[in-house]
This record gives sequence, C-alpha cells and structure tokens, in this order.
Amino acid sequence: MNLDSRTPPGPLAEKWDKRRFDMKLVNPANKRKYRVLVVGTGLAGASAAASLAELGYHVESFCFHDSPRRAHSIAAQGGINSAKNYQNDGDSIYRLFYDTVKGGDFRSREANVYRLAQVSVNIIDQCVAQGVPFAREYGGLLDNRSFGGAQVSRTFYCRGQTGQQLLLGAYQALSRQIGAGAIHLHPRTEMLDLIVIDGRARGIVTRDLITGKIESHVGDAVVLATGGYGPVFYLSTNALNCNVTATYRAYKRGACFANPCYTQIHPTCIPVTGDHQSKLTLMSESLRNDGRVWVPKAAGDRRPPAEVPEGDRDYYLERKYPSYGNLAPRDISSRAAKQVCDEGRGVGDGGRGVYLDFADVIRGRGEGYVREKYGNLFDMYAHITAEDPYKAPMRIYPAVHYCMGGLWVDYELMSNVPGLFVLGEANFSDHGANRLGASALMQGLADGYFVVPYTMGNYLATHSAALMETRVSSDRPECRQAEAEVGDRLRRLLAVKGKRSVLSFHRELGKVMWDDVGMARTEASLKKALEKVPQIREEFWRNVSVPGGGDGLNQSLEQANRVSDFLEFAELLCHDALSRNESCGAHFREEYQTPDGEAARDDEHYCYVAAWEYKGVGKPPELHKEPLVFEYVKPSVRSYK
Amino acid sequence: MNLTLHVWRQSGSRDAGRMVRYEARNVQPDMSFLEMLDVVNQGLAEKGEEPIAFDSDCREGICGSCCLMINGRAHGPEGGVATCQTFMRNFKDGDAIYVEPWRARAFPVVKDLVVDRSAFDRIIQAGGFVSVNTGGAQDGNNLPVAKPDQEKAMDAAACIGCGACVAACPNSSAMLFTAAKVSHLALLPQGDPERARRAKRMVTRMDAEGFGDCSNLYECEAACPKEISVEFIAKMNREYLGAVVSGKGE
Repeated sequence: MNLDSRTPPGPLAEKWDKRRFDMKLVNPANKRKYRVLVVGTGLAGASAAASLAELGYHVESFCFHDSPRRAHSIAAQGGINSAKNYQNDGDSIYRLFYDTVKGGDFRSREANVYRLAQVSVNIIDQCVAQGVPFAREYGGLLDNRSFGGAQVSRTFYCRGQTGQQLLLGAYQALSRQIGAGAIHLHPRTEMLDLIVIDGRARGIVTRDLITGKIESHVGDAVVLATGGYGPVFYLSTNALNCNVTATYRAYKRGACFANPCYTQIHPTCIPVTGDHQSKLTLMSESLRNDGRVWVPKAAGDRRPPAEVPEGDRDYYLERKYPSYGNLAPRDISSRAAKQVCDEGRGVGDGGRGVYLDFADVIRGRGEGYVREKYGNLFDMYAHITAEDPYKAPMRIYPAVHYCMGGLWVDYELMSNVPGLFVLGEANFSDHGANRLGASALMQGLADGYFVVPYTMGNYLATHSAALMETRVSSDRPECRQAEAEVGDRLRRLLAVKGKRSVLSFHRELGKVMWDDVGMARTEASLKKALEKVPQIREEFWRNVSVPGGGDGLNQSLEQANRVSDFLEFAELLCHDALSRNESCGAHFREEYQTPDGEAARDDEHYCYVAAWEYKGVGKPPELHKEPLVFEYVKPSVRSYK
Repeated sequence: MNLTLHVWRQSGSRDAGRMVRYEARNVQPDMSFLEMLDVVNQGLAEKGEEPIAFDSDCREGICGSCCLMINGRAHGPEGGVATCQTFMRNFKDGDAIYVEPWRARAFPVVKDLVVDRSAFDRIIQAGGFVSVNTGGAQDGNNLPVAKPDQEKAMDAAACIGCGACVAACPNSSAMLFTAAKVSHLALLPQGDPERARRAKRMVTRMDAEGFGDCSNLYECEAACPKEISVEFIAKMNREYLGAVVSGKGE
C-alpha cells in the first residue's frame, strides 16, 4: 500500500493557496447532482455538512443522538486558538504553526499544521458572524487568554463554555440548511458499517435506534466526523456514548488507522471518587492561567491545604519548567502529576490528586475577577465535590481526554479509501503526538468550514465520470452484504444471554487499559494488556447479557455493540504502543526517557506516521510507515524549561 | 443508603405505560442520580431483564440529553443543575423517589424515560440562526460588541436545549427555550438584520408544534439548569410584537 500524502510542493506558506488553485471545481449547477453523506454532527461534522450544503451539494447528515446539538464538542470548555495577534504579543500564523508542531513533539505533517494555523484566522471571523458570543474587552473588541504550550495569548473563549457556543454556531448553520431542505437529517441513526464499491467509499449502513431497522444509504462520498475513542479506557472526559465504531468499522473495510497509541491525558480533571463513577469531569486548562499547581514537599503530609505553609509547598510545574510554569503542555503536566503522586505526595483520599490553588489570584484580584472568568467551572467543581473552590484549592488529577490518533488521511483529508473523508478528532492529522489546548476546536472547524468544502469538490470533479457512471443504489450486493454482516453481529450479541452486564466488561477493559497502557507504558505492561484484552473479549462473547430484542430502542444492544468494537480496537492501540520504541508526546515508554524523566524521542528510527492496515481480528495488523520530513521546524529536544 | 424507586416504564409509544417499583441498594452519597440508575440497570441486565431506558451522554450538565422528573421536579431537587449533576447526597436512607419522563404533548414518549424532543430542533430550524454562509465573514474585530451586551447574550445563549422548562410548565410552554435563542441573537449586532423575521418564524413554529402558551407562572426559570431568566421571555414578546406591528417579520 502506498500512502501518498499528496502534499503540494513549494514554499510552506503557499502550499494551500496553490492547491486550491490547482484543484478541480464542480460547476455550481452540477453540485446538486452529488450526494455527500456526513456522519457525526459535532464541530467538524456540522460545519462540514452546513458548508457543503451551502455550496449546493445534497447532504445527508447522521447522528446517533436525538439532536445534532448533543455531540460531545458541546462540552469543550476553555477556548479556541487563532493566530490573529490581536494582543500584539508576537503571535503569527508561523508561530502558531511552530508551537503546534513542537507541541506535537515533531510527529505531525508540517503542511497540514501550517494550513491549520493559516485558516485559524478565518474561523474566528466565521464564528463571530454566526453570533457566537465570544468574550469581549470593555472597548467591544474580542478578548483573549493563554493556554498551555504557548507564550502568547491567542485563545478566544466564551466563559468556560466555548465548545458549546461554537457547536451551537455550527448547529445553527446546519439547522438553516435543514430548514431550507438542503440537508436531510437522520437523528438517532447510528453508522455501523462503511460500504465500499469498486474501491470507493459509496455509502454507510445504519441502524435506526428507535425502530432497530438496518438500512444502507448511498451517495458519492462519505465524511466521517465521529470523534475520538477515549472510552476505550472506560473512564475519560468523553461522553458516555462516544465510541470508535464508525472509524473502526471503516478500518475493517480498508481505511488505515494511524497512531492509535497517541492518547492524551489531560492534567486537570476532578479525581475519581468511587467504583460507580461513569466518567471523569474536565476542569478546563484555562484555569491554569490563574491557578497554581502544588503538592506538599514531604511525602505523607496529610494536613489540610490551609495549614501547609508556603515553605512546605512544592509548586512543581513552576519549579521544573520556569518559562511555561503552570502552562506547561498537557503530556508533561500529566506525567509530572503522576510522578509526585507516585512519590507519595498526592492529596485527597487515595493520594491520587494535586492542588490547583486560586488563593493568590483571589487575594490579588478579588473573587469577582475569578467568578467572571471561570464562574461556571467553579460552580461545576463545587457541585460535584461539595467543596468550595473559592475557599480551598481544587483537587485535580490527570484523566484520558483526547485522541490524537485516528484514521489516516492525506493533505485533502481523504483516507486511503477513495471517497472517504475524515475530519476532526476522528482523523490523525494535525496534532502529532500531543495536542495543545484550545486546538481541537480549531481543528474541527478548520476541517469542516475551510478544508473539506474545497477538497470534496476536487474529489467529485476529478472522478465525476466514474461516480456518475455507477449511480449506486442500495440494492447493490455490497450494500446487502454489509447489511447482513451488521445484522448478524447484532443478533449474535443478543443471543449470548450470559450473566454479566456490558458495563462490567467495559469497566474491566478500562482498568487494564489505564493500568497498563495509560500514562506510562512498558514493554511488559503492553504485552500484559495484549494478553488480557483478548481474554476479556472472549469472555464477553461467551457471557455478556444483552436483554431485549433488536427491533426497538435497546440501549443495552447499542452499548454492547460499541464495547465489542472497543474490545478489538484496544488490541490495535496496544500493538501500536508496543511497536513505537521511543517516547514522544503523549506516548510515554518508561524504557525511553531522559535522565530527568522527559520523553526521549528516537527521530532516527521513528520519525513516521504509523498507519495500520486491518488483517483480521486477533491477527497483528500490518504497519505502513509514512515518513515525516521536517523542512521548516527542526526537531529538537522539546523543552519547556 | 437504600432507596425505593418508582420508575415510569413504557415499552413503546403505543404502550399505555405504568410505574414500576425498584429497590436501589447501597447507594453512596457522592454517586450521581444517573450513576445510581446505572447500578440498578446493571442488576436488571444481570438477571436478563430489560434495563430502564433513559437519555444521557456528557454527564456534566452541558449536552442537554438527560431529562428526568424526579419527585415531580424537572432535573431533581437541587435547582440550577441538570439531572446528571444531581447527587444522591440530596436523599436519605429509606426515601422513595418517583422518576418520570418529561410530560408534554409536544414531547411524545419513545420508551420508558426517553422522549422525542425534535420539536426543539424544528424551532431552531425555523429561524434560530444568522444567515451567513461559510467564507464571507469580515474580520472578527470589525464589529465591536459592548461587553454588557455580550454578557447578556451569553446568559441567553447558555441554554442547553434540555426541555426542563417545558416539563416544569403546567402549560408545557416552550417560551423560555425559544426566547433564549431569540434574545441571544437579538442582543448582538450580527443578529440584527433578521431580528423580526427570526422572532416571528420561531414563535410560529413553536406554536405549530403543540406547546402551550405562557401564563407567567415562572416554573420554567425555576427548573432551568442554566438559570436562564424569564426576562428573555419578556424580550421575545417585545421582539415578536415589534415584528408583527412593523410587518418586518415576513
């Protein structure tokens, strides 16, 4: 398999403009002849569907929720980056590009990242035009704040609910097109397979979650914007229903899955309180603008925080990384938190927590300042923990949050399966081995508003003859075959009639993944996971209990299906982690670290994208390497000291 | 603590439905209400019985999926939180808890505690947007927005579309939901060109969906997990009246 990124030649800053000029276009009158299926209605999916429909394509939009506005993009808190340099503090497109490549630990494709920085400027304009109520200064202009991994203030925000407002902007644009009849929305409809005909992605198989009906939908291209796979660890900051099914089934139909082991652990989440916990709640990175992270200097110091004097406190991020301090990037901050807890200096029950303290800023600038900037986040913390963060420091601990890995895509965001486009967190492309804060929102909207509307046209126009010739209908044997396979799997799940709930298997998988494949991985821990996961999977298919039938709303069946995919995908993730004998970004192999505990990359042997090809369940996948060439940013030791 | 739950079960939209009793044992105070239901459901699944169907997703009060009436109060006793943010420390050992879906003609029951809220999406589709295509926008700082206006717009825009306002209202009115979006966009210059049309169309759609009228009871505001103010209903009434009187709403 030849993975060609189709990156345009020429100077970095001109690549995207050049490609847009060289692309084939679809005549306005012809656009209506094409039908694009968009799966997922988060930031990337809603923005893509709306933009494609505005251009004149016929769009079918699918989401498994009851409404497009439920997508988990809604929960993103802190902000969205853009290289506007409104703050006059040295930002530029090039600097955002540089910070992102460095933040990704030199494991991303330069051209894609540059384009991301380039269009970031347009994203803010589009959102403002839609009525997104970004925070403003008193003069009426847009306000900014800082985020981890950056020394400039380039993040635009809406209190602590930026994801919500950006998603609502895209959802509203989507709604306008639905109201106009340009998009046909299928809510409560879950994609369960990809249909490939003559080597091209031509459709999807879905299940109607209300009636249970399994059906094929066909068109000229498929866009997957189905998010990340954090819940393979069971506990994460993701929503309960986030899953890997759409991208994993596409992987089984030939789409390479790239860098699955790059899973980001966010340093500031509310710690686990018990076995019943269903998810971990994120406390936005933006809090680290004003909060100071610390633990007691002495192991076993159980004094309440107010009784620990300054001299006995270790502000370890400020100590270890003077120039970034509390705004050190996520992978580095998470490992630092784990390290101090492993040393016995953790706080809270169970010693798995560190303090995020606002006493200094409350003293210096008043409670009103903090309330205005972070109000809803403080309320959320208080509700969940029954503690008052205005009076005592927040307790936080790292948690699984984001997935840099995803389906492999080229410069045009198309998979190695022609006609399959992958956007947002579902693809692997822009964040390398570690994503900087406030960049997921940026990437989702960049892909949906400003990339795929062009590249989709290029694909459709280039292959119009082939696409028009085979006007595909859902009677095709490939559709019937895929429908049968989907139905079969669901029937098998219902037929097991075992004794254990789906949830118990999901928890068990999550525990293995967190313990053995979490913040710190070793060859031994990964091999252990690779032994345990198939065992859990084997028992799942022998002993899971999925009550009810397939002909109506059956949440157990939905969850069982998603967990059955996690039980296969987990192996791919472990495999990827085991084959990457270096530490980079969020992937930390204890055998490969510097003397002071930082990630030790091996650029000579591992400077590539690991794109995996499916070879069968339980069989090792085949590795295809896309070499990464850095012409503009020289890979260096990634220091935030 | 041990609790007795009385939960609405309804096998489908055509089933009459009934309250069924369940025991919730060993409930910890720091469990959320939905985590408590998860445990009950796990027990049912292990016995091969159909678990209680309910919508939830983010479990952090922002997606608007979760929608339970708990002892007759939308989202439970706390106020200012969604169902997923209601914790069991609000209850004590031996309590009986009544768990029901949102009840409104415009929100038909799908199964058990799951209802169809697509009426809300149709209201937004009727006009809850600014008509701007991707790509033509001016620089974000070209249009200054006074900070107080932005803050108020953000207050209105914080609506999560859960429908608690409808469920709490004796008339099942959707005024607070519709008013939140109308007000958000009416407060910002970007929304100005279409203000009249938006108000008229969204209210017309809201009425067509079968929601009731507003009689100023303010149950909506009391139930709203984002504490959205009824002042936005007053604002929408002015927007709507203005649209009708001026004729600009066509």
